[in-house]
Amino acid sequence: MHFTINGQAYDADLDIRTSLLDLCREHLGLTGSKKGCDHGQCGACTMLVNGRRINSCLTLAVMHQDDEIVTIEGLGTPENLHPMQDAFVRHDGYQCGYCTPGQICSAVGMLDEVKKGWPSHVSGDLTSAALSDEEISERMSGNICRCSAYPNIVDAISEVAGLTPAEREVAGA
Amino acid sequence: MKTFTYTKAQSPEAAVAEAGEGVRFIAGGTNLLDLMKLQVMTPDKLVDISRLDLGRIEQREDGGLTIGALVPNSDLAADRRVIDGYPVLSRALLAGASGQLRNKASTGGNLLQRTRCYYFYDTATACNKREPGSGCAAIGGFNRIHAILGASDKCIATHPSDMAVAMRALDATVVTLKGDGDRRRISIHDFYRLPGDTPEIENVLEPGELITHVELPGPPQGEQLYRKVRDRASYAFALVSVAGVVKVEDGKIASAALAFGGLAHLPWRDFEMEAMLVGQAPSTALFEAAADKLLAGARGHGSNDFKIPLARRTLIACLRDLTGV
Amino acid sequence: MLGLGDKHTNSLTMDQPVPSSLLDTGAQNIISKPLPRYEGAKKVSGTARYSAEFTAENMAYGVLVGVGHGSGTVTGVDADAIRGLPGVIDVVTDFKSFLRNAGQGGETKAPTQGVEEVAYFGQFVAIVLGETYEAARGAALQLPLTVEPAEGRFDFDALKGETDTPPPNNIPAHYTQGDLDRAMAEAPLTFDATYTTPSQNSAAMEPHASLAYWDEGKLTIYGSYQIPTKDAIALAKALGVSQKNVRIVAEYVGGGFGSKLGISPESAAAAIASRQLGRPIKCVMLRQQVFDGTVRRSNTEQRVRLAAEADGTLVGIGHETLCANLPDEDFFEPAGIGTHSLYKGEHRVITHDLVRVNLTLSGSMRAPGEAVGMLAIESAMDEFAEQLGIDPIELRRRNDPDKDPEKGVPFSSRQLTRCLEVGAERFGWSKRQPKATRRDGEWWVGLGVAAATRNNLLEKNAAKARLNAAGHLFVETAMTDIGTGSYTVLAQIAGEVMGLPFERITVKLGDSESPESSGSGGSWGACGSGSAVYLACEEIRNQLAKKLGVDPDAMTLKDGMAIAENRSTPIGDLAGEGIEATGEINPGKQKDAVTQASYGAHFAEVAVNAVTGEVRVRRMLGVFAAGRILNRQTARSQCLGGLTFGIGAALTEELIHDVRNGKAVNHDLAEYHVPVNADVPQLEIEFLEERDVHSNPLHAKGIGELGISGAGAAIANAVYNACGVRVRDFPLTLDKILPHLPADLPSA
Repeated sequence: MHFTINGQAYDADLDIRTSLLDLCREHLGLTGSKKGCDHGQCGACTMLVNGRRINSCLTLAVMHQDDEIVTIEGLGTPENLHPMQDAFVRHDGYQCGYCTPGQICSAVGMLDEVKKGWPSHVSGDLTSAALSDEEISERMSGNICRCSAYPNIVDAISEVAGLTPAEREVAGA
Repeated sequence: MKTFTYTKAQSPEAAVAEAGEGVRFIAGGTNLLDLMKLQVMTPDKLVDISRLDLGRIEQREDGGLTIGALVPNSDLAADRRVIDGYPVLSRALLAGASGQLRNKASTGGNLLQRTRCYYFYDTATACNKREPGSGCAAIGGFNRIHAILGASDKCIATHPSDMAVAMRALDATVVTLKGDGDRRRISIHDFYRLPGDTPEIENVLEPGELITHVELPGPPQGEQLYRKVRDRASYAFALVSVAGVVKVEDGKIASAALAFGGLAHLPWRDFEMEAMLVGQAPSTALFEAAADKLLAGARGHGSNDFKIPLARRTLIACLRDLTGV
Repeated sequence: MLGLGDKHTNSLTMDQPVPSSLLDTGAQNIISKPLPRYEGAKKVSGTARYSAEFTAENMAYGVLVGVGHGSGTVTGVDADAIRGLPGVIDVVTDFKSFLRNAGQGGETKAPTQGVEEVAYFGQFVAIVLGETYEAARGAALQLPLTVEPAEGRFDFDALKGETDTPPPNNIPAHYTQGDLDRAMAEAPLTFDATYTTPSQNSAAMEPHASLAYWDEGKLTIYGSYQIPTKDAIALAKALGVSQKNVRIVAEYVGGGFGSKLGISPESAAAAIASRQLGRPIKCVMLRQQVFDGTVRRSNTEQRVRLAAEADGTLVGIGHETLCANLPDEDFFEPAGIGTHSLYKGEHRVITHDLVRVNLTLSGSMRAPGEAVGMLAIESAMDEFAEQLGIDPIELRRRNDPDKDPEKGVPFSSRQLTRCLEVGAERFGWSKRQPKATRRDGEWWVGLGVAAATRNNLLEKNAAKARLNAAGHLFVETAMTDIGTGSYTVLAQIAGEVMGLPFERITVKLGDSESPESSGSGGSWGACGSGSAVYLACEEIRNQLAKKLGVDPDAMTLKDGMAIAENRSTPIGDLAGEGIEATGEINPGKQKDAVTQASYGAHFAEVAVNAVTGEVRVRRMLGVFAAGRILNRQTARSQCLGGLTFGIGAALTEELIHDVRNGKAVNHDLAEYHVPVNADVPQLEIEFLEERDVHSNPLHAKGIGELGISGAGAAIANAVYNACGVRVRDFPLTLDKILPHLPADLPSA
């Protein structure tokens, strides 16, 4: 099977049952994406596939041979961090670090959804996707952080999104 | 996960031609793979339908929408035509799962989402739905998330989808393609089955029948809401949910469509209860009577007894919101 | 780390206070600063490697097989049924040596072994090995096991009449002082209520994992463990090999919260399978297996009795706990641990008794004892204040003892009342209204408060530090960083003592072959390992002074320079071929001479939905005093985590076991509800200035568990203030609130 991950071509000989997550972790050495539950219940495995955030544990690798896949390794490196990665460091948006790559991929994908005008469960008006702390929390709820860096994660994302203190405090419905 | 063969379908016709005993279609895969990993579902063959041309939402001339079965939950929720005409559907979708799952889960797949019953999910325990005839461990077990309406002594599972509840309130129609090439249009009211003696059969689809589209009639008049009650503020299944579309005209309820999640094996709707409301002036007393009607046959199984008062209160509050009482 | 040069040791036993600390006199000025984490760039880029992310040549995958009965005897493992499946290598069982239970941690004996007899549902009896993960997992779920079932003990409520008193843990199971019954009979004001808390699971995001391989008789495990030093010893004993032949490496640990204190069953299974197969084996638990077969926090039933004078001053306090464990495991959830020294009262009864059940091992989860004990005691104080008609903060102030109410010794440092006062001011406590009077649309809104306390513990720790000729410092200890910030605070301590910036310090952690450490647990990690690093660096500092021929106190170290007698010398030049020192800290008489604990106050504002009974936390504040704060950012993060565990304990977390067979019903992250982002508002944390000279040379106290202790009670108390409903059965899910809400629904 052939894959394009972080702009790089890979070949792998896989058991048909291999998930996209296990392809990366067990076959390609891309261990940045994490396995927390293997059932779409924690978000640690979040990757960007064709620009959309998904749970890579709940999809078969074989189904993604034509897709553009971006993992945490594709966002930035320790020497050249993506702005979201950098914000997570400065705001301490992590503790043990295990959910972190998924949080960051999810945050990047989420901001893109906001850019597209997608509403959320807490949007008072479904036609306007203005971001706030409450919106960020709702939209990031598919990423569990047991250490609970949630407030810092919200700080980091709101900074990258360029929210003012007043914008952050807006409540939804 | 047991191993399987995999093929990628090039057309809906080719997909149904591949279907048969032990074959499953896979689109988003968020529920199927979840269950396959636990060997709750063990298909011999997966037919990948994810790249079929069923991913569009189209406006029909009659004012309704035709939604491709592969439209992801996210896209459906964010579609301007859905937001404007069917906000109850947007709200229901957005109340479900997480951003990541909504990006992958498909419209057709979500209609077929299987129960979250703890015992269904664990092959070490008895479950008539998973293994017909093995018994129901949820009865007499821990059944906080289970059904209070329409259950049987074989199964007390609930349908977990939020989207399907809204679809039921919106009188959606499920359009399918059968193995013999025939198309069917099935009203959502006829689509799901109560567990009865065969809880393993959850809907009227024939083996190998593929959902290709879901049709919505023209946007309904009146107020719409979706209210979901759950244990966490987000990323949790409904304990009780209500999808409501109610129109008040000249001080009286002109039409009412109310569907419920978390209460039964299928998204529940009680047309008799709705008929009680229509033609009446909205009032708390009326809503209480409606709730009594809805829950007249409700039965708790121990840990889910609370759903009866919860459903009652939630329905009344929703009706008050919908009518401004 | 090995190198030429001088080697020294510096050992300290805490037999007396350490009046001054180099952290106060250091010139680098990095201690306590909110510096970003040492390993931050690695974590955010996915390059920090956790146990299961290591690989080895010719590695095979192992997946554990749990038994689907709660009690009985395994009579057959039909390996032949799956051996023929593609990619399946073999099935390994070792009824004698497999771990039946995880270790409690901190012990150096092997955990309970032997898996033929089934003690609980899900107990691991075999490991299936495959060339791929998919092959191993697929076969593991199909492996036929034959079990001769037996009657089991699964229903705590039905069995709670049969109890036994366990041996002492970190506190005695029973403590009695004075005559509480008499105090209850005679005091003008009394209170007597029973609270229950459910089983919980640590649910660290990284599942338990071990990659095991043998090389010439020596086992290496890349394992997700909190205490490599002791875990390696325990594993060696379990496997019957010499201690020097087991090495555990845990460079990064994806959360532990107690669940990785001791070795868990996958480690021994992987090691045994690897030995048998002659190949490295990687075994990662499925998430469901983490719930089934590692460790849980026991459910508890806690009776709280309070007896007071008319002004609310306590004369008696009782805290009697029933908790559960397996028939041959003696750990008890020490729910009364905080109660021993929290409040006044000369008549005291604090007891713990065990109900024997066939359920997954009970052991330590974040703040064992306080986490659930303070749900009870701090709810009771709130109820008692209501009964007395005084402010709950005032009740606590009146009962803040000036010395340990049992031992009669002073507190090493204690700012409980101050925390409550500062928090009340900052949170707007004076605006709190009488119960069930504040509404915001459909929501009742209320405020709650609770005290926080967590015992401060010091364990033996060692660390090695080496300064090289380039002026770079290497620090090494078998301590772990499980998200706590160990890498960062150890670098800060070393940097402050040695006068070095962050980038000139390398910290190596998580290797059992490094100098021994108590690891991460019990909030002792930073102070214990930090003191060892401090002592090692102090010794290097002394050696530098010697080389300069000055008194250490007359020397200033800053930015890699030693400044003394108006001369500035690069410390690398002084190091020559290197200076190496080992620091070692030991607990001593200070343990008993003073009572050591950290303190705090929790404030919560919650909203309770008047229709559904749903509870949402709107804001929380924690004010804490825990000695010197080593890094204000990572310490704050620890407290954020603690408060959030409190939210989970108060509102959502409950591990359910089916009373018919002991099966963990909701054993995944969809149905075991840890809080998600939307459950947690922007929490506020404040630290009070404090130094604790009795605790250690850092003058710091543990902070990792203080944040959870009492947090859930503040929420429960806020729920009561909001809607007037008191729930004594945690968590406060809506079904428990709903029946008590007014029948009249709020209008639209």
